[in-house]
Amino acid sequence: MSIDTNVGAEPRTHAGGPAHSSAESRQWTARVRHAAESAFPPDQLLPDRQPAYMASWIYVFGVLTVVSLAWVIITGCILAIMGPTWWHVSSTGHFVNSLHLWSVEAFFFFMVIHLWGKFFMAAWRGNRRLTWATGVISFLVSVAAAFTGYVSQTNFDSQWISTQAKDGINSTGAGAFWNVLNFGQMLMWHIVLLPIGIALIAGLHVLLVRRRGIVPPFEVAEHHTEPVADAAAAAGEPA
Amino acid sequence: MSPDTKKPRRFKPDRDVKEWKGAYVPYDILKEAFVAFLAVAVLIVLLAVVFSSPDDPAITLKTWSVNSPVDFAQTAITELDGSSGTASYGPPYNSTPDAAQHIGFFEPAQWFGVHQPIDTAQDFVIGPLRTLPNQPVTQAALNVYQGASAAQQAAWTTAYEKAVANATDVNGRLHVPAGRYGPVGVIIGSLTAMSQTGGLDGTLLSEGGFYNTNYTKPLLFLADGTYLADKAGAQHLQGTQWGMMNETGNFPGQAWLWLYTMWYQVYPMNQSTNADLEVWGIMMILSVGLIFLPFIPGLRSIPRWTRVYKLIWRRHYRELAAAT
Repeated sequence: MSIDTNVGAEPRTHAGGPAHSSAESRQWTARVRHAAESAFPPDQLLPDRQPAYMASWIYVFGVLTVVSLAWVIITGCILAIMGPTWWHVSSTGHFVNSLHLWSVEAFFFFMVIHLWGKFFMAAWRGNRRLTWATGVISFLVSVAAAFTGYVSQTNFDSQWISTQAKDGINSTGAGAFWNVLNFGQMLMWHIVLLPIGIALIAGLHVLLVRRRGIVPPFEVAEHHTEPVADAAAAAGEPA
Repeated sequence: MSPDTKKPRRFKPDRDVKEWKGAYVPYDILKEAFVAFLAVAVLIVLLAVVFSSPDDPAITLKTWSVNSPVDFAQTAITELDGSSGTASYGPPYNSTPDAAQHIGFFEPAQWFGVHQPIDTAQDFVIGPLRTLPNQPVTQAALNVYQGASAAQQAAWTTAYEKAVANATDVNGRLHVPAGRYGPVGVIIGSLTAMSQTGGLDGTLLSEGGFYNTNYTKPLLFLADGTYLADKAGAQHLQGTQWGMMNETGNFPGQAWLWLYTMWYQVYPMNQSTNADLEVWGIMMILSVGLIFLPFIPGLRSIPRWTRVYKLIWRRHYRELAAAT
């Protein structure tokens, strides 16, 4: 028995691609898809080649930061499944909390090295300033996320850190609506709002890295006037 | 004007790049990510197994009043007479004049005002004691205190503060020398006894409903005493010990807060009554500066001047030199 694998498929052009009418091209969906395809062609989003100058261990710290964040989220989700005080009464919970703690420490360690590395490469060159800015903002939001974790531990550390930190927060006026002594509020920020913020900003950062490419080295003599390559041209090939 | 006729702008090495026309090499990004994922897993498992994580139990008002009833009573009287740290804190807890930190006219805490109103006498002392059933002596003492003039209340609390400064802990029981402090002795004694049973923890946490997650009141009461601070000092967690970035035990803590913590150690912040706002102001300026660093002449040139990039791209420059 033969099976028609094309049942329900959209009509295609002779070239194999979808046929677009002018009405379809005005669709929001079509426009977003075309913009995404244009901004992130597959071989740029998932490259299989890199410029030869990417030959340093410093480049490893970007991916180490991302995978450490993945482990922060994974271990945090396990803690969330069992609740905020599970790790005080369970040896398994305590071990998962230890994994969460050390993944956070690793995340910041790798991220700070990554940041310094990018600073010394002047990685904002070639229209990559937004890439730099999203990286710095990711760091700052991560500091807030870690802080809310420390005050949500429901132990002596969280008592001391929250009662000390309240003075700084209150002095700015933010204490009027962001109460570090309110465990419920801090926990929600730690496990919902700030992780969403980090995921969005870090995700945008990674996409910008893919779109703009990795910044090329300084040339030996760069003090003369000549036409400037834009970022797309600088990215040129997948980085 | 078409792109072809666009006038080229001056090349700035700290802003612009030349198009890379060199070689490309194979690069398996997903394999790299997977290997990194496993490597970090091994790293954090090893660290967790070897070092574990700190978990010193939280201090309750009960443990505080049982282990240090004198400090508890000395703190409680300041909550009753309005001289405690919380009572005189200002926004967002109360409207104590000139209490909000400020830098010149910049006084954001004052502008936002009181959002978590706390009357320490009522919320920390009188209110909790009023919830006690079958305590006629305590209720009578409260009636006498609340029915007295403000001057009389001040005279009693002042006398009690002097007496409790010489109080002793007799087998966990508070012993205060006699004095002309009227009903205040019964009030503070009853509050101490209530706390020693654990009743004050629940009462301060109560938000009028069954469920509650806001620990503002018990934490503020706890922080007004010296018991919590002494425990923290023993763990090297005081602000003067760079404690803001530390945690109990020999763990790295929030090492990324080193710069924030450093400002508290240096003049004039280490002597300023507005240190928190000043440090936050400095950190906000530095953070915004870091975000916009690519736009700041001079700062954005530091990487080129320091030439650390020569180390990062040493193979590239070596090959470039060999080719030329």
